[in-house]
Amino acid sequence: MDFINAIVLLLNYIFVPALSYGSQLALGAIFVSLIYGILRFAYFSAGDLMSFGTMFTILFTWYFQSIGISLGVLPTALLAIPFAVIISILFTLGMDKVVFSYYRIKKSPPVMLAMVSIGVMFVTQAIVRIIIGPFDRRFFDGERFILKANEFKEMTGLNEGLSIKSTQALTLFVTIVVVSILFWFLNKTKTGKSMRAYSDNEDLALLSGIDPKKVVMITWVIAAVLATIGGALYGLDKSFKPFTYFNNMLPIFAAAIVGGIGNPFGAFLGGYVIAFSEILLTYAYRKFFVYILPESMEPNSLIQLLSTDYKFAVSFSILVIVLLFRPSGIFKGKVI
Amino acid sequence: MKQHKDVIVAYAIMLGLIILVGVLQSWSIALSILCFCLISAVMTMGANIQWGYAGLINFGIMGYTALGGLAAVLVSVPPVKEAWQVGGLSMILCVFVIVAIVFSIRFILKKFKKTKKRNYGIAAVIITGLILLRLISGPAIESIEAVSPATTGFLGGMGLPILFSWIVGAFFAGALAYVIGKIALGLRADYLAIATLLISEIVIAVIKHEDWLARGVKNVIGLKRPVPYEIDLQTKEWFINLVEKFHRGTLNLITDTLEKQQLLKQLVIESSTVFVKLCFAGLFIAVVTILLIITQKALYSPWGRMMRAIRDNEEAANAMGKNVVKQHLLIFVLGSAIVGIAGAMMVTYDGLFTPGSYRPMRYTFLIWVMVIVGGSGNNFGAILGGFAVWFLWIEAAPIALFLINFFTSGLEETNTFRVHLVNSIPYFRYLMMGIGLLLIMRYRSRGILPEKIKHI
Repeated sequence: MDFINAIVLLLNYIFVPALSYGSQLALGAIFVSLIYGILRFAYFSAGDLMSFGTMFTILFTWYFQSIGISLGVLPTALLAIPFAVIISILFTLGMDKVVFSYYRIKKSPPVMLAMVSIGVMFVTQAIVRIIIGPFDRRFFDGERFILKANEFKEMTGLNEGLSIKSTQALTLFVTIVVVSILFWFLNKTKTGKSMRAYSDNEDLALLSGIDPKKVVMITWVIAAVLATIGGALYGLDKSFKPFTYFNNMLPIFAAAIVGGIGNPFGAFLGGYVIAFSEILLTYAYRKFFVYILPESMEPNSLIQLLSTDYKFAVSFSILVIVLLFRPSGIFKGKVI
Repeated sequence: MKQHKDVIVAYAIMLGLIILVGVLQSWSIALSILCFCLISAVMTMGANIQWGYAGLINFGIMGYTALGGLAAVLVSVPPVKEAWQVGGLSMILCVFVIVAIVFSIRFILKKFKKTKKRNYGIAAVIITGLILLRLISGPAIESIEAVSPATTGFLGGMGLPILFSWIVGAFFAGALAYVIGKIALGLRADYLAIATLLISEIVIAVIKHEDWLARGVKNVIGLKRPVPYEIDLQTKEWFINLVEKFHRGTLNLITDTLEKQQLLKQLVIESSTVFVKLCFAGLFIAVVTILLIITQKALYSPWGRMMRAIRDNEEAANAMGKNVVKQHLLIFVLGSAIVGIAGAMMVTYDGLFTPGSYRPMRYTFLIWVMVIVGGSGNNFGAILGGFAVWFLWIEAAPIALFLINFFTSGLEETNTFRVHLVNSIPYFRYLMMGIGLLLIMRYRSRGILPEKIKHI
C-alpha cells in the first residue's frame, strides 16, 4: 500500500504538473525551432509573441463573458483562441512585411536578424503592456478540477490524493491535437514537405521551384498559431503576466536547442525534457522516502537536490551541458 | 578636424540636451542622468570591445554588472565578525573543496584518454564533491543567516574603501568571463548569445538566493561612499561660504536678514545634492576618459588591427598565424571586465545592492540597443549610444505624456481611452527603444557614428 501511495505522490506532484508544463513549453519550442530552421535566426521575441496572443485571448474572453457567452464547464477562453489566433497571424505577417523581409531579401547574416528580433521584442512588449498592463491576470472560468484529491482518496482508499486540474487535461489534449496536425502537415502535405526541403537546403529547394514567399508566410502563420495556443494554455493553467511570459523565452530556447534546433519533433520532446528535469530536480522527496523506506531509515531532511529558487538554473545547466557535448541537440538538429 | 565634425556635433547636441533638462526640470535630475549616462557608456564600451572589435555576441551583460555590484558589497561592507565565527571556517573549507574538485577534474582530463570510463569518473568526482559541499555548507549557511537576520545575516565584506571595488569588480567579471569563454566561445554566434543569456540568469539566481553571500533579495543598503554625504556638507563652513558666494546676486536682493538666512539654508540643501552628484560625475568622467584612451590606443594598435582581421575573416587570420581562439578569449575577458567596473560604479552611485532589480531587459538588451544605435566598432559611437539611449530611456515618460496630450487634446480629460494611455506612460519607453532600434538598423545599420577604418 505504501508503495502505491508513493507512486501516487510522484504522479500528483511531478508527473502531472511536468506533463502540462512540458506541453506548454513544447508548443513554444516547436515554433522557435521552425523559425530557426526556415528563417534561419534566433527569434528572441518568442515569449512576447506568446503574451501577445494570450492578451487577445483574454480580451476576447472578457468580451464573450460580457455578452453572456460561455462554454459551461469548459473555459470561455477556448472560444476566444481562434479569434486571437487570427490577430496574431496578422501581427506576425505584418511584422514580417515591415521588418524582417527587408533583411531576408538583403541576405543579412543571422546575427543581424536576431538583433532585429530584439527590436521587435521591445515593440511587442510595449504593445502588450500599453493595452493590458503589466499585472497578473487570471481568466479561467468553468470547472476547475476533473479529479479532486479528496474524491480520489475516497475512491481508492489511499492516503495520498491525486488531483487533475481541468486545465492540465485540456493542455495535454490540445497539445496532442495541435502537434499531430502539425506533424501530419509537415510530413504528408506538399506544402509541409516543401517547408522541410527549404529548411534542409535553401538553394536546392529554390531550384526545384518552391516558392520561398509561401514557405515563409506559412512559417509565420504556424508560429502565430502555436504561440497563441501555447500562451493561452499557460495562462489558463497558471496566470497571465507579461514579465513571466518574457522569462519563459529562456526555457523555450533551452527546449528548442536541447531537442536539436531546426528539428520540430526534437523541440517537442525537448519541452518535456526541460519540464521534467526542472521539476524532478527541485522536488523535495522526503515524503516519498517516508513511504518506501522502513520506519527506522526515515530521512529527516527534505531530500531536495536543489532549492526551487534554482528552477530556471536547471534548464540552463542542461542546455549548457548539451551545447558543450552535443551542439546539434539530443535529437540531431542542424549541426552548428 | 573636419573628419571629427560629426563626432563633435553629436556630442554637443547630447550635452545641450542634458543642459536643457537642467534648465527645464532641475540640475539634480540632469546630473543623475549624466551619471547614469556615464555608467552606461562604460557598459557600452565593454560590449563594444566584444561586438565591435571582435564580433562576439555577449548577452550576459546583466551577469557581469551584477558581479561588479557584488564586488562593491564584498569590498566595502565591514566584516560581520559573529557570522565569521559561526560559519567562516566551513565556508573557507568549501572554497578548498571547490578548488579540489576543479583540479581533480583537470587531472583526470589530462591523465586519462577519452573513454566512457573517464566521463563516469568525472561525474563521480562532481557528485561526491557536491554532496560534500552540501554537507559542509548546509549547517554553516544556516548559522550565518541566523546572525541578526534583520540587519546582517551574511558574512559581510572587507571593510575597504568602495573605490577598490571598481577594480575588484573588473576581476570578478573577468574571471567569470574566462570560465564562460572557455566553455562557450566555440559556439556559433546566436548559440553564444543564448548560452551567455542563460548563464547570466544563473549568476543572478545564485546572487539572489545565496543569502549568506550578500543577503540575496533582502538587499544591502547604506554602502559607503567615495564622496561626501549631503548632511555633512550642509554643516561645513567652507561649503556654506561657497554657496553664498555662488548665489550672491540673489541673496543681495533680499534685505531682511531672517529671510536671507532661510533662503541660504534652502540653497545649501539644494546645492549639497548637486555637489555630491558633481563629485560622482567627476569620478565617472575620469573612468570613462581613462578607458576611452586605452581602448582608442588599442583599437589603432597592431593588436586592434589583428582583432579586426579576425572579426572580418577568421579563417584568413588563422592562416596568417593568429591564434583566434586565444584572442577571442582575451577580448571576451577584457570586455566583461569593463562591464564589471560599470556594475561596481552603479552600486557605488546608488549606495545599495538590490539583486532583485537585475533584469535582462534593462541590463542586457538595453545595453545592446545602445551599442547598435551608437555605432559598433567606434568607441565614440558606443559612448554616444550610451548617452543618447539612456537619455531617451529616462525622458521617454515626459515625451510620451506630451505626445499623448497633443494627440488626444480633442478628447475630454476623463475619457477612458485617454486615462488608460496616460496610465501606461511608463511602457512607452519600450516602444521608443524598439522603434528606435528598428529604424537605426534599417536606415543607418552601422549606427549614428559608424566605424571608421584608417587605411594606411
